[in-house]
Amino acid sequence: MRNMAILFCGIFFALAFSFTGLIVTGNIQLGSLEPSTETLVPSDADPSVMVMPEGETRYPLKPSGLAEQGKKVYIDLGCLYCHSQQVRRRGFGADIDRGWGPRQSVARDYVRQDRVLLGTIRTGPDLAHVGGRYAGDAGRDWNYLHLYNPQIVSKGSTMPPFAFLYTKQEIVNERSPDALDFPPGSEYAPEPGYEIVPTRRAEALVEYLLSLRIDYSLPEAPIPE
Amino acid sequence: MSDTSQLISPSSNPYSSEHASVRAELSEIDASIRTASVFFVVSAIGWLMIGTVFALMAAFKAHQPDFLGAYDFLTFGRVRSAHLNAMALGWGNNIIFAVGLWIMARLCRSPIQHKGLLLIAGVFWNIGLTVGIVGILRGDMTSVEWLEIPQYATPMLVVAYALIAVWGIMAFRFRKGEHVYVSQWYILAGLFWFPWLYVVAQAVIIWFPARGVVQSVANWWFAHNVLGLWLTPMALATAYYLIPKVLGRPIYSYYLSVLGFWALAIFYNWAGVHHLIGGPIPVWLISAGIVASIMMVIPVIVVAINHHMTVVGLHREVWRSPTLRFIVFGAISYTLVSLIGSTMALRSVSEVTHFTHFTIGHAHHGVYAFFTMIMFGGVYYMMPRLLKREWPSAGLIKLHFWGCALGITVMVVALQTGGWIQGMEMNNPEIPFLEVVQNTIPWLKARSVSGIFLTVGHIAFAVNFFWMLFAAGAVRAKKEPTLLTKEGGLA
Repeated sequence: MRNMAILFCGIFFALAFSFTGLIVTGNIQLGSLEPSTETLVPSDADPSVMVMPEGETRYPLKPSGLAEQGKKVYIDLGCLYCHSQQVRRRGFGADIDRGWGPRQSVARDYVRQDRVLLGTIRTGPDLAHVGGRYAGDAGRDWNYLHLYNPQIVSKGSTMPPFAFLYTKQEIVNERSPDALDFPPGSEYAPEPGYEIVPTRRAEALVEYLLSLRIDYSLPEAPIPE
Repeated sequence: MSDTSQLISPSSNPYSSEHASVRAELSEIDASIRTASVFFVVSAIGWLMIGTVFALMAAFKAHQPDFLGAYDFLTFGRVRSAHLNAMALGWGNNIIFAVGLWIMARLCRSPIQHKGLLLIAGVFWNIGLTVGIVGILRGDMTSVEWLEIPQYATPMLVVAYALIAVWGIMAFRFRKGEHVYVSQWYILAGLFWFPWLYVVAQAVIIWFPARGVVQSVANWWFAHNVLGLWLTPMALATAYYLIPKVLGRPIYSYYLSVLGFWALAIFYNWAGVHHLIGGPIPVWLISAGIVASIMMVIPVIVVAINHHMTVVGLHREVWRSPTLRFIVFGAISYTLVSLIGSTMALRSVSEVTHFTHFTIGHAHHGVYAFFTMIMFGGVYYMMPRLLKREWPSAGLIKLHFWGCALGITVMVVALQTGGWIQGMEMNNPEIPFLEVVQNTIPWLKARSVSGIFLTVGHIAFAVNFFWMLFAAGAVRAKKEPTLLTKEGGLA
């Protein structure tokens, strides 16, 4: 090859092509996607145009401050490297049949996230809807025990223990209200007179996991009746 | 006259010469880059060993979750990310800086100027990387795949990279001679593509996050292209340079090498979106990625034909030469891993393999069995020319080869068999998830065994290298090249 201009242009345009096609065009298509109400209604002015009804909640919701802190813990521990956060449509894989979410995930589900954690591996289950699967106080207790050592509630799991997110302390007077309730006779329970309490990092992480819920419809992805 | 002596004095090979003047010129170029290249190889081997330790820890943790589980800085997510970055940016980039710049300088017949600056930039690259990997272990990582290095370390990496890559481009700018060889295109393109990918990905994911899943598209555009537009062109450049060089036979077809280069340049960079098949991004983006992945069959087959036809009939010489034994292993792996990769991009196949250990096996097939094996071959050729002394031990080279060849084969077979089963079971909701997890454990244990093989290979390589570098008198006195079999023999 002798014509250097062609070589340089070729090298430049080869990558410029996919940069434009994937990144720039992708951003044009999705870059202004906004949260939406669950359904749309015909506009008063022009019934052929669908609009969001006034006063209804727009999804996805903004997560709480503690959940945002928990997301940072999720990020710094690298949970992403075993857990995805995306539900594939019915008929493609078994995500919905496994109960990992009531509907497929769509681009709008992620518009409020500064760091998108789709993930590409499921050494552990998908977590897009984990806060719906383990909800409320029961879900909170389950998560605390599971993070402390997964074997307590999920015998045979290959997830590592995150006991370093907890502190062991001597019980003075009465048990702390936050102390973990181990199943009777659990080999992971501390010796008598001691208790295991979550640190702030564990509290935030569990709050984040509880906030991961696909419990709302979107116009393009309604939850089937 | 035996076959071998014909090979050593080739008259038909345009890329190596029996003329003393040409050899003297190459020797001068080698001298100009010696210090920097040796520094990069030493750094690369250091990161290879560190990356191997992290790899073993992560592999054991995958089936023994309690192993080293008491400390947050050694939790699986951080250790595997430290492993990836030590290998990709520590081993991979340093060895590219060593071998790629050296090949570029030689083919351009252009000695490296201001070699002190190159060395300083290299030191800063490695400092930046150390800060980054310590940052990952401390808990500052980004959890963006292939971009885990914390924000505070990346600007230094970018500046250091620029100051290193510029020497390759300068060598090209001041090249002598009319002809530009295919290895030069690959290296020039790779040196230019990598920073573009890296800076864009950093910008739209970390510094100024784009809206929602646009980040994920950028992430996989980048991560797949680290392999496709950085590691792959550098390994192909090395193979294209050294196969004809060692065999004393020109590359089979100039036109095939042109076709292979441009087909790779046009198709590979669209392919990365196949990592998001079934995900919450527009279907047309995914379809574009699948089409590009299938089109990659063209450059892969073209390169396979070109390399095979160059080697054909000289298999004994390939087996005898440390350089070619590794490079041909890598070149065959390139064909295999690329064809498997194209297949994995089909929706029906991805439905099974996506989210499983199959992909982990595939990544190692590409980065290790292809890229790393070829770079080992490059080091075996380059070091005797730079240091003007021979490799001390043929036995250690053989141990290196067999440890790595067996290790990576066991790893890829185990992860892809286990991963396929995992994918089939995961798509059957009748099978409880915990059972799917437990059925992967035997395969993950096989992966740990393969890691021990690889570790043995790496130790043999490091021992031989440092023995050569700090050579004893016996090594200095060795005049004959270190070959792996006796002439005409196959042992």
